[in-house]
Amino acid sequence: MTTLEQSVVRDEGLNTINVDDNVAAAVKRYGTNQSALIPILQEMQEQYRYLPKDVLNSVAEALQLSPATVYGVATFYAQFSLEPKGKYVIKVCDGTACHVRGSLPVYEAICERVGLEKGKSTTKNRRYTIETVSCLGACGLAPVVTINDKVYGQMTPQAIVMILDMLEEEETSHA
Amino acid sequence: MLKNRADILDVQREYNEAVKKTKAQILVCAGTGCVANGSLLVYDELQAELEKRNLDITIDYLLEEHEQADDNGIAAIKSGCHGFCEQGPLVRIEPEGILYTKVKPEDASSIIDALVSGDVVERLLYHDPNTGEVYPKENEIPFYKYQQRVVLRHCGVIDPEDIRAYIAVGGYEGAAQALSLTSEDVVNEVLTSNLRGRGGGGFPAGRKWSIAASQEADQKYIICNGDEGDPGAFMDRSIMEGDPHSVIEGMMIAGYAIGASKGYIYVRAEYPLAVKRLKKAISDARKYGLLGENILGSGFSFDVQVKEGAGAFVCGEESALIASIEGERGMPRPKPPFPAVSGLWGKPTIINNVETLANLPHILRRGSDWFKSIGTESSPGTKTFALTGEVLNTGLVEVPMGRTINEVVFKIGGGIRGGGKLKAVQIGGPSGGCLTEEFLDLPLDFDSLRQAGAMIGSGGLVVMDENTCIVEVARFFMNFIQNESCGKCVFCREGTLHMLDILQRIVDGKGTLEDLDLLVEIGETVQIGSLCGLGKTAPNPVLSTLENFRDEYLAHVVEKRCPAGVCQGLKRYQIMDDKCKGCGLCARKCPAEAISGKVGKPFVIDPEKCIKCGACVTVCKFKAIEEVA
Repeated sequence: MTTLEQSVVRDEGLNTINVDDNVAAAVKRYGTNQSALIPILQEMQEQYRYLPKDVLNSVAEALQLSPATVYGVATFYAQFSLEPKGKYVIKVCDGTACHVRGSLPVYEAICERVGLEKGKSTTKNRRYTIETVSCLGACGLAPVVTINDKVYGQMTPQAIVMILDMLEEEETSHA
Repeated sequence: MLKNRADILDVQREYNEAVKKTKAQILVCAGTGCVANGSLLVYDELQAELEKRNLDITIDYLLEEHEQADDNGIAAIKSGCHGFCEQGPLVRIEPEGILYTKVKPEDASSIIDALVSGDVVERLLYHDPNTGEVYPKENEIPFYKYQQRVVLRHCGVIDPEDIRAYIAVGGYEGAAQALSLTSEDVVNEVLTSNLRGRGGGGFPAGRKWSIAASQEADQKYIICNGDEGDPGAFMDRSIMEGDPHSVIEGMMIAGYAIGASKGYIYVRAEYPLAVKRLKKAISDARKYGLLGENILGSGFSFDVQVKEGAGAFVCGEESALIASIEGERGMPRPKPPFPAVSGLWGKPTIINNVETLANLPHILRRGSDWFKSIGTESSPGTKTFALTGEVLNTGLVEVPMGRTINEVVFKIGGGIRGGGKLKAVQIGGPSGGCLTEEFLDLPLDFDSLRQAGAMIGSGGLVVMDENTCIVEVARFFMNFIQNESCGKCVFCREGTLHMLDILQRIVDGKGTLEDLDLLVEIGETVQIGSLCGLGKTAPNPVLSTLENFRDEYLAHVVEKRCPAGVCQGLKRYQIMDDKCKGCGLCARKCPAEAISGKVGKPFVIDPEKCIKCGACVTVCKFKAIEEVA
């Protein structure tokens, strides 16, 4: 059982010094040209699983860009998220091939199984983030779902619910 | 470190001799599709099985430097995508060329048994679902037989993570050939070959190059466009994963031709395996001296770096891609100036698509005459297509330009899955169009397709049967484009939004006849008023379907009916008088109070109130309620 305080600490997960250090390390690798901005944001996103405000500000300062420029880039690209993501990121491919072979019922089955609220992409317990992506390039296996980059092909609503059942079981037994 | 052309030939000979010494090679497909189906487990199991038997066998020796296979050795190798993703995991036995399909880890021992005794495992061979015929050899299976593979030639045949495997099949000979010519000669060779851009536009690569080559600049750049964003296309991914060195070699040739010393490969964020393989290939090429300073003693220096995209479809557009590499929002810039004059950081830049670049080593090695002997006069060479949708054999196919849709869908694709009827072929993704069966004999080349109102685009070919609603597909593409519009041009940003609105209205059953005219009007305006290819082609899926499938639109707006039975908003539920016992259970369960009647007599549904939830269908014990299209 986590107290409110603990969970706050975990969510913030990072104090400012930590952020600046991490950003500095990435800047060292990629340089301070603006062309380094996207790779640095990618690395930060990998570390924090999203881009906290402190990170954006720190990157802006390190690259001597305005926070607006950094924010503009971070919001332009679909890969970047300004909201914390769930432990499991589920991507449902809705490319043409997947769409034609029924990706929407699969998407709906996932949302129902994990109890995702309408209009949200991450569940309340931050366990799952559900996204649709335009094409994962595995059209031969349509419809395709990835869970934290593991590819599941030829999905049906029943099959994906079984996979989620297994994940849930694992989660609850570890908790 | 390779110092000259002779060194390349040495590596080639050494490697091929080592291969000759092995009794057999087992190639396990390690493309994204087969990995998802468990091919790595198959690989592990094969490896374990080989070790267990202690058959004087070296496993994976080709991956390790300087290790030699023992005589009679068998090697298990992970290969790139074979293209026949539907049948994966795929395992190929060389030198016989036997292909096993849908292989499971538990099949490993039978495969090795058969290999040792010189048999084949019949149950794992490809069985043609149409004729029942069994094919032991890969090149006899219709899916492969009617293909002509040039850029996919090495995919699934060599180990993509071993530079020597690439050199052994003639790799880097094209680059060596280029370096032995003057750069003008290289440009001319590509001009003569009439190689046209495979990324969709079809612009002659040589013409683009000669512009960049004639610019005076202290620095020029080559960019490989691997931002394959078209939903339904995955040939670039397969090439980058299955034959990464061919892309690097193509970039070297292009770099030498225009005088660039630096190259970037811009890869989609969604392709992690491609990124990994490319990075490995680049570092190996550097080790072998095929990238870096004074390559093969020619004085030419060139290096390549991978840039990962961050998820924006519009970055497939040249100027947006450049903006993205520069660290900005990926928004297109007005042309001219064209990137060939002023591109990355204002320097002359050539951007070629992955497939275009992968053609170059072959053109240089075998000459432009050879290249022109394939395909049609105005579109020479081959084109890869990602064949997907309701077709029996989905996968990656490569055919000479000018083959018909019929040949690709029926001969190679094996026809419609489940014995259904072909309704449409969507070609070219969100920039392309939907073609009816009338166009089955249309040759697949740049110009014929453009005349038919579609385009090759990047080569996505999605087959649709009668259960696909064309209006819904048009809405799907518009939704995609609307999401991906960068927002710079008003007509693209607002126009696509309104087109999507109208299409949504139509699939919801609220469309009118005027809506169809409005779609055309807005569509034509978006085409004229947008800066880049995304906006200019955005209305294509709608306009082409409005022309080719007008009846289906009319059914939606006039008869309020979806002929394919897909559109939820147009579904109607009806109580069959002869089956209804008048129990009233449906009326009690209906959340919208749309059902009424007297107990003992047939009930009726008020279509105005019905919310099409289907609750009544589920509760009716007499199966008296049916969905009507």
